[in-house]
Amino acid sequence: MTTITTASRIPIDGPVETPWKLPYRGNIGMACLIIAESAIFIIFVVAYIYYIGKSLSGPTPAQVLELPIFGTICLLSSSIFVHFAVSSLRKDNLRGCTLNLAATVLLGTIFLATTAQEWYHLIHDEGLTIKTNLFGTTYYSLVGLHATHVVVGLIMLSLTLGLSLTGHVKEEHSEKLEVLSLYWHFVDAVWVVVFLVVYVIGR
Amino acid sequence: MTTTPVLEAIDETLETQGRPPLNVIYEWLTTVDHKKIGLMYIVYALIFLVVGGFEAILMRIQLAIPNNHFVSPQVFNQLFTMHGTTMVFFMGMPILFGVGNYLVPLMIGARDMAFPRLNAFSFWISAFAGMLLYFSYIGGSGLYAAGSAPDVGWFAYAPLTSKVFSPGHSTDYWTLAVFLSGVGSIGTALNIVTTILCMRCKGMKMSRMPLLPWLYLVMAGLVFVAVSPLTAAQIMLTLDRYLGAHFFDTQAGGSAILWMHFFWIFGHPEVYVLVLPAFAFANEIIPVFSRKAMFGYPAMVAASVSIGFISLSVWAHHMFTAGLGPAGNTFFVFATMVISVPTGIKIFNWLATIWGGKIIFAVPMIFMIGFLFQFLIAGLTGIMLSAAPFNWQLSASYFVVAHFHYVLVGAIVFSLFGAFYYWYPKVTGRMMSETLGKWHFWLFLIGFHLTFDFMHVPGILGMPRRIYTYEAGRGWDTLNFIVGVGAIFQAAGTLVLVYNMIHSYYKGKEAGHDPWDAWTLEWSVPSPPPSYNFAIEPTVSSRRPLWDIKHPEDPDADYE
Repeated sequence: MTTITTASRIPIDGPVETPWKLPYRGNIGMACLIIAESAIFIIFVVAYIYYIGKSLSGPTPAQVLELPIFGTICLLSSSIFVHFAVSSLRKDNLRGCTLNLAATVLLGTIFLATTAQEWYHLIHDEGLTIKTNLFGTTYYSLVGLHATHVVVGLIMLSLTLGLSLTGHVKEEHSEKLEVLSLYWHFVDAVWVVVFLVVYVIGR
Repeated sequence: MTTTPVLEAIDETLETQGRPPLNVIYEWLTTVDHKKIGLMYIVYALIFLVVGGFEAILMRIQLAIPNNHFVSPQVFNQLFTMHGTTMVFFMGMPILFGVGNYLVPLMIGARDMAFPRLNAFSFWISAFAGMLLYFSYIGGSGLYAAGSAPDVGWFAYAPLTSKVFSPGHSTDYWTLAVFLSGVGSIGTALNIVTTILCMRCKGMKMSRMPLLPWLYLVMAGLVFVAVSPLTAAQIMLTLDRYLGAHFFDTQAGGSAILWMHFFWIFGHPEVYVLVLPAFAFANEIIPVFSRKAMFGYPAMVAASVSIGFISLSVWAHHMFTAGLGPAGNTFFVFATMVISVPTGIKIFNWLATIWGGKIIFAVPMIFMIGFLFQFLIAGLTGIMLSAAPFNWQLSASYFVVAHFHYVLVGAIVFSLFGAFYYWYPKVTGRMMSETLGKWHFWLFLIGFHLTFDFMHVPGILGMPRRIYTYEAGRGWDTLNFIVGVGAIFQAAGTLVLVYNMIHSYYKGKEAGHDPWDAWTLEWSVPSPPPSYNFAIEPTVSSRRPLWDIKHPEDPDADYE
C-alpha cells in the first residue's frame, strides 16, 4: 500500500452510472465563436439604430437604398443547400455532398456580387461613401462586417468543395462539415437581422 | 484496493534535461502544451506587472509633494494611460488566463485543452499586442520623429481619440494592441469553455466539478459578451481615424456618449472577468487550509453564475455624471446594488467554510484572509459609489481610484499571490520559503493599506484623478506622501516574492506530489506534471476525488 503513489490509486474501473458521453468540441467551440461574434454584430446594429435619422446631410436611406430581394433569396437558400451537404455526407452520399457544396458556394458568391453591385451603385452613382454622413458610416461598416463574414465563409466552403472534388472528404468528416455549416447558418441569420435593420426599419 | 493496478508512467519530460539551449527555446516557442503556454502567459504577465508597477511608482513620485516637476504633464498623461492599459489587458487578463490554462485541464482530468494550437495562437497574439503597445514609445509619431506613448486615458473617451486631438500614431497603437489582445482573449475563453464542457474525465458531472473550473467557465462566458463589444468599438474607432467615418465624431452628428456606453459595456463585466478567477483561487485554497469541504457548493455556483448575468446590466454606473436621466439612474443604481447580494453569499460561504475548521495559517491561507477582508471593504466603497448622488460628488476623484485599486490589488492581487504560493510546488516540484512568504505578505499588506486606505481621503477632500500636480496647502500633501511611501513597501514586498520564487526554484524543499494534503485531481500527478498529465484517465465519483482515495472508508460520494 505505502509504495503506491496517489496517482496510481485513482480507481480507473469505478462504477459509472451512465455511459460517459460529452458534446463534440467542434460544435461547442463554434457555438462560443457565434456568441462572441453576435456580441460584435449587436454593437454595430446598436450603432446603426442609434444613428438612424441623425445624419446632418444627405443622401438618406429612403433616397438611395433598394430592397436586395434577389441577393437575400440566394443567401438564405444557400443555408438549405449546406444543410443538405451535411446530411448527404452523413449518409455517405459523397456525390450529393459535392453538388450541394457547389450550390452553396455559387449562391453565396451571387449574394456577394449583388452586394458589390449595390456598393458600386451607391458610391459611383449616388456619391455615398463612408465619409459622407452617419448613414454612410454605419451602413458600410455594418453591411461590410457582414460581407467580410460571407467572404470568410466562402473561402472555407470553397476549400471544402476543392477537397471534396479531389475525393478527400469522407463520411467520417461529417461532424467537421457540420461545424462549418453552423458558421454559415450564423452568417445567414445575421443577414436577416441586417436586412430588417438596414432595409426595413432604417428606410 | 487490490483491484487497482499500479500505473507505470513513462515520463518523457525528464529526458529533456541537458539538451542544447537552442532546442529548448525552439520547444517553448512551438509548444502547444497547455502547461507551457500557461507558464508563458504567467511570465509574460509578470514582466508587464513590473513595467506597469514601475509606471505607478513614477506617478507616485510625481504626486508625493505638491508642485513637483519630476515628470512633465505630457509624460504623466502617458504614464496613467499605459499603467491602466498594461495592468488590465497585459497583466490581469494574461496572468489569470495563464493560471487557468495550467490548472483547468489538470483539475478536470484532461490531458490538454480542447484546441491546443488555438491556445498557442491566442497566447502569441496577446504577446504581440503587448509588444505593439510598447512599440509606440518608438513608433508613436511615425518614422520621422521620436516616439510618444498613447495619452488618452485607459478608457480613451471620444472625441479625444479623433485625429484632430490625437495626431500621430500613438492612439492607433493603443487601439490595435487592445483589439489584438481582445482577439487573443476570445480565443482563450473559447478554449476554456470547450475544454470544460467537452474534456471532463469520466464521472465528473458538472455538479462534481471543482469550483475553479466552474468560475473559469463563467469568466470565459463573460469574455465573449464583454470583450467582443470592445473589439467592435475598436474597429469603429479605427474606421473613424483612417477612413473618415463619423461614429464618434461629434462634428458630424456622432456621439461621444456612445463610445462611453460601448467602452463600459466592456469595462464593467471586465472587472468580473478579473475577479472571478480570484474567487476561484479562494474556493480552492480556503477549504484545504480549513480542512473542511467547501460550504454551500451549489450556492457558490449559483452566485457565480448570477454575478455573471447581473454584471452585464451595471455598466452605466460609470456614467452617472454624463447624465442618464432619472429612469437610467434608478435602473443602474438598483442593478449595481443587487450585485452585492450574490457577492455577499460568496463571502458568507467562505466564512462558513473557515468556521469550525482546523485552520492552518500557511502563506496561501494568510493571503486569503487578506483577500477576504479587503474584498469586503472594496465592496462597501463600491456600494457607496453605486448611489448616484454620492457618485456625482466623487466621480473622477481619488476616491474612485482608491475603490477600484482596493478590488484590483486588495482582492485580485492578494488572491493571486495566495495562488502562487499554493500551486508553485505543483509547477516546480519545490516548496516556496514560508518565512520569506510571510515577509512578502506583511510588507505588501502594510504597503497596500498605507497606499490605498489613505488614497480615499484626498478623494473625499476633492482631489481629482489624472492631475499631474497640485497646489500646496489643500490638505492633500501629507496624504499623498503617505500614499507614495506605501508604494515603496509594496515594491519591496514584490521583490521579496521574486527572490523567493527564484531561490526556491533551486534551493526549495522537495514538494512531492501532494504537499498540502489537498483533494483535487491536479495533486494526484507528479510535480511538475508530465506533458500528458494523466497516464491513465482518472474516474471520479465525488467533488473531492483525492479525499475518496485517502479515506476509502468514508468517501464523499456517500454525502453528495
